[in-house]
Amino acid sequence: MKFNIKKIAPQLLTLLFVILVFGFFSYNAQLNMENRGIDFGYGFLSQESSFDVQFSLIEYDGSHSYFRAYLVGLLNTILVSVIGIILATIIGVIVGIARLSSNYLIKNTAAFYVEFFRNIPLLLQIFFWYFAALRALPLPQDTESIMGVFYLTIKGLFIPAFIWENFNIFLYSIIAAVVSIVVIKNYARRKQENEGKQIPVFLISIGLLLILPLLSFLIGGVSLSFEIPVLKKLAKTSYIYEGGVGIPPELIALTLALSLYTATFIAECVRAGIQGVGKGQKEAAASIGLNPNQILKLVVMPQALRIIIPPTTNQYLNLTKNSSLAAAIAYPDLVLVFAGTALMQTGKAIEIVSITMLTYLSLSLSISVLMNWYNKKIAIKEK
Amino acid sequence: MFKIVKQLTSLVAVFAVLFAFTTETMAAKKSKTLKNTQKKGFVRCGVSQGLPGFSNADAAGNWTGVDVDVCRAVAAAVLGDASKVKFTPLSAKERFTALTSGEIDVLSRNTTWTLSRDADIGLTFVGVNFYDGQGFMVRKNSGINSVNDFKDGISACTNIGTTTELNMRDFFNSKGISYEPVAFEKADEVVAAYDAGRCDTYTTDKSGLAAQRTKMSNPDDHMVLPETISKEPLGPVVRQGDAVWEDIVRWSLNTMIEAEEYGITSANADMMKTSDNPAIKRLVGAEGELGAAFGLDNEWSLRIIKQVGNYGESYERNIAAPGILPDRGPNQLWTKGGILYVPPAR
Repeated sequence: MKFNIKKIAPQLLTLLFVILVFGFFSYNAQLNMENRGIDFGYGFLSQESSFDVQFSLIEYDGSHSYFRAYLVGLLNTILVSVIGIILATIIGVIVGIARLSSNYLIKNTAAFYVEFFRNIPLLLQIFFWYFAALRALPLPQDTESIMGVFYLTIKGLFIPAFIWENFNIFLYSIIAAVVSIVVIKNYARRKQENEGKQIPVFLISIGLLLILPLLSFLIGGVSLSFEIPVLKKLAKTSYIYEGGVGIPPELIALTLALSLYTATFIAECVRAGIQGVGKGQKEAAASIGLNPNQILKLVVMPQALRIIIPPTTNQYLNLTKNSSLAAAIAYPDLVLVFAGTALMQTGKAIEIVSITMLTYLSLSLSISVLMNWYNKKIAIKEK
Repeated sequence: MFKIVKQLTSLVAVFAVLFAFTTETMAAKKSKTLKNTQKKGFVRCGVSQGLPGFSNADAAGNWTGVDVDVCRAVAAAVLGDASKVKFTPLSAKERFTALTSGEIDVLSRNTTWTLSRDADIGLTFVGVNFYDGQGFMVRKNSGINSVNDFKDGISACTNIGTTTELNMRDFFNSKGISYEPVAFEKADEVVAAYDAGRCDTYTTDKSGLAAQRTKMSNPDDHMVLPETISKEPLGPVVRQGDAVWEDIVRWSLNTMIEAEEYGITSANADMMKTSDNPAIKRLVGAEGELGAAFGLDNEWSLRIIKQVGNYGESYERNIAAPGILPDRGPNQLWTKGGILYVPPAR
């Protein structure tokens, strides 16, 4: 390779500039912190946090460390993001397809939904769902049950808890079912490629998923019982449900707001994807005798997905990052627990904000990697 | 001849430079924050985002409250005009960073003085302008009359980033009660959620409870329980490392309290110059040279009393008159059964 100073010089200068700017800021920060007697260090992570968190997926209370509190916040962020992404995808796909419907009512309802929800700031929507829901929901003692076991109250949604016996056997039966479905699917594909015969894989899969777990109940000794929430009196006018699982209204409001908002963008991605498949493709598929379902499944969707996935990845990233608005309505996510309470109790602003930023970066990059892998998998494979 | 002149000039130049350096260090000794404040012409003061009685802005943007008055006192002392304050509303989360990063020079935002805050994060507490304690608010019809009526499963709304979260844990743990903490970033959301019925109780400093109760949709439906579960000495804070500025803020606050002790008010301050009591004369600048130590003139304390008033006037105007906490409780002078006791100004 020929050394070309004219080509390299601008790159070097840029690099130098970036290093100088970073150096200047970190030197300044160091100097200022020294002058003001602020220590820098991550040692606080192992100290006792001494604050409680409303709701956590792992065992936690104030006697655990700040690092544990960080994990609590991180898991809560992941929880709301995963539920949000799943719900947003389901709503988005349905609305996206509905927007292309030939039915006037369905088409316009979907269009109205998209235009309405994507043009209102998300924070306002979160406040709306939270405070509107709080005002609208009944107190625990005034609540009518849903099907006798669910209770939707101002203090949250209370659902029965599952109490399993021999849960591992049940789990094995599910794994066994999934493995056999994969095997059958591969066999069916080979059979179709070699002999042109089709096997009803879908029906067999459903059958396996039902029969194997059922067998685990009948002969595997698995049993399942429910613990139904019971009303408990705290004071003359205040009640709470005990037993079962309580889902806090903060989580419900946040999930609802995030998924309804993000679904509008996903719906547009889906619509664009489907419309992006050439009309000729559908006509060609119809001309070789495929029925409408097969056209959608075998011809349109595989091509549309390639258009849909990249912009949808962006929406997943947005949803994850937007979940940090949780702090406004007391959902204990990473920002509220770690960059909020923990930051205040320790005063380690630079350390905690840097950890939080790195965490969101890693979350976003992980989602990106996963979606890029999927995108590659469904991309056209030139033979 | 020419050589001598040249040497002389260089000598003069050297002395001039040396002199310039010495005057510069003298001025720098005076306090960098003081110098910057006088150059800017206003005191940069961090306050709350709206806590009636302590720091609250009206519709026209005029700030009032006992915390606000501390900043006004500092402005009166160093700039001669109590109105020359630039207020920056801060959340509990932002307040210390704003101070340590130099965005504000005084933090007067109902901030609890604790060991870790004082020692750890580059802050210095200069005194206490309100002795508070954490309490609980409940609905009157709930039948809860004392913290002993709390039962397992109670939900408590509060703010994040305050000592409240820690006290609450200590309290419920010591009682062996399991509870659901619902912690919001801003006070307005805490009030809204508690008011809607999300929580059985709302916990924060008692002064805060009294002030926020006035914001409820129906204030008479709520009451504050008699128990106090913590010590919350609230006071102004400055950055570590500027001893002179620290002294100025400390003694501006002390002046207000001592003025009340000696019966000096905004109305009679000028007349007190001819008092027989030397302590009073010192406080109104008619005797001694107390301002010199801060690099201020001798009437700095007189201006505080005349323009802002003494502590009692400030309390009456901001907290008692609006009906927030008419009973001064511990925030009464030591001579009248309270615990307000400041070192003598001499």
